[in-house]
Amino acid sequence: MSRQRFSALSLAWRSLARHRGWQPQWRKCEPKSCYDAVIVGGGGHGLGAAYYLAKEHGLTNVAVVEKGWIGGGNTGRNTTIIRSNYLFDESAALYDHSLKLWEGLSQELNYNVMFSPRGVMMLAHTVHDIQVFKRHVHANRCNGVDNEWLEPEQAKAFCPPLNIEGNIRYPVLGAALQRRGGTARHDAVAWGYARAADALGVDIIENCEVTGIRRDAAGRVEALETTRGAIRTRKVGVSAAGNTSVVLALAGVRLPLESYPLQALVSEPVKPIFPCVVMSNTIHAYISQSDKGDLVIGAGTDAYTSYTQRGALHINTHTLDAICELFPAFRRLRMMRNWGGIVDVTPDRSPIIAKTPVPGLYVNCGCGTGGFKATPGSAHVFAWTIAHDEPHPINAPFTIERFRDGHLIDEAAAAAVAH
Amino acid sequence: MLLIDCPYCGKRPEIEFTYGGQAHVARPSDPGLLDDQSWAEYLYMRANTKGVHAERWRHAHGCARFFNALRDTTSDRILATYKTGEPRPQLAADAGSGR
Repeated sequence: MSRQRFSALSLAWRSLARHRGWQPQWRKCEPKSCYDAVIVGGGGHGLGAAYYLAKEHGLTNVAVVEKGWIGGGNTGRNTTIIRSNYLFDESAALYDHSLKLWEGLSQELNYNVMFSPRGVMMLAHTVHDIQVFKRHVHANRCNGVDNEWLEPEQAKAFCPPLNIEGNIRYPVLGAALQRRGGTARHDAVAWGYARAADALGVDIIENCEVTGIRRDAAGRVEALETTRGAIRTRKVGVSAAGNTSVVLALAGVRLPLESYPLQALVSEPVKPIFPCVVMSNTIHAYISQSDKGDLVIGAGTDAYTSYTQRGALHINTHTLDAICELFPAFRRLRMMRNWGGIVDVTPDRSPIIAKTPVPGLYVNCGCGTGGFKATPGSAHVFAWTIAHDEPHPINAPFTIERFRDGHLIDEAAAAAVAH
Repeated sequence: MLLIDCPYCGKRPEIEFTYGGQAHVARPSDPGLLDDQSWAEYLYMRANTKGVHAERWRHAHGCARFFNALRDTTSDRILATYKTGEPRPQLAADAGSGR
């Protein structure tokens, strides 16, 4: 399949031709009766896995089935923060693998995902925060991941709107800065992977919900039942985020997951004022400015499990309280929209990218509140796992069995991520 | 924000409560007999129901007591609340909605 390549020249040429002649970026597909592998879930993780299956493992008779529209779940609902400064060796390896793929992703996909390594700064507000972040800085350096400690004045110099006065409830006592971290355009990640996978022959099938997983006498996956008919396949990779428990229950597989709403909101657009990403896990504030100009703000999870893709307003106002103290200049900004996504959270807050007890069934889930940053990396190793029927060395520790065997990758206790 | 009917105090806003996770998860009566898989089940495996979910809440900024609620996780509508120790109420909406 030939696809139009995007370049400055092709854009100029098309604009002179009044933008006629652009092609659809992927085909609308009817499901075929049989595929070598089917990915369930058309978010960044699922589309990415399909792309790497085709690109790196030669598996092109692949379909991605998505119950809604591609990128309509958490891929289109997150705050686009990318970083890899996790404490443990296993996590640092996974997320830094991802970050390295982010750095070349626009070229790889011939699609501008607007990756912007503008720096991610995590604020410390207590003595405990300072100790934890400095421990992270040292652990990251041992793993070849950049992360540096900043005093409050240095943090202010890096992010001028930041309030470092001592008269707020949780004053800024310092910060950890990962300069290679940043943001990317979330929709473009889904579209770019979809376009590139489609060009390699992958069928992307939207509005197709999986309703059953059929298994043969030996217990191996043999077909998916969907709202658009049965699809025979011997390999199924599930990347269904908050709905993973529901999909895997169709095959009788239980996972240590709970699905929570995670909310975000954006302000009215303003001129460039915010040069980086700032996160405060302690008081739950995550903020950056999109290229469109709106401030993109992440809130915490709601208290209870839910599948509603919405949450309570007091979660958002709690975050805005923190934003207004940290950045007094934003106090009069109006918020334009808020929304929720459903995140699948594991007990140790690390993902599961693994084979399941059912032969031919693989799962990539449990990224919880931080799945966007992991998109290229976990899609890449998930494709490997599906193709080889064994994990890539990077995702080998991220099994289901670690909860039985006690080999947790306990980023929750390490507080690299907020919950 | 949810309006939660505490069985002791009546209807109060969600911010008065803390969430206690899935209800009716019994602590093993003889922990010494459990193998690793059973421990993992008890510690980490949760229903994560899409549908009617039995869960614990605590009226932290009120009577401070735990109680249980049935909530539909596809709508967040609370269908019933009941005291700890009481059996899970049978609801008409309960049948067939969970999956």
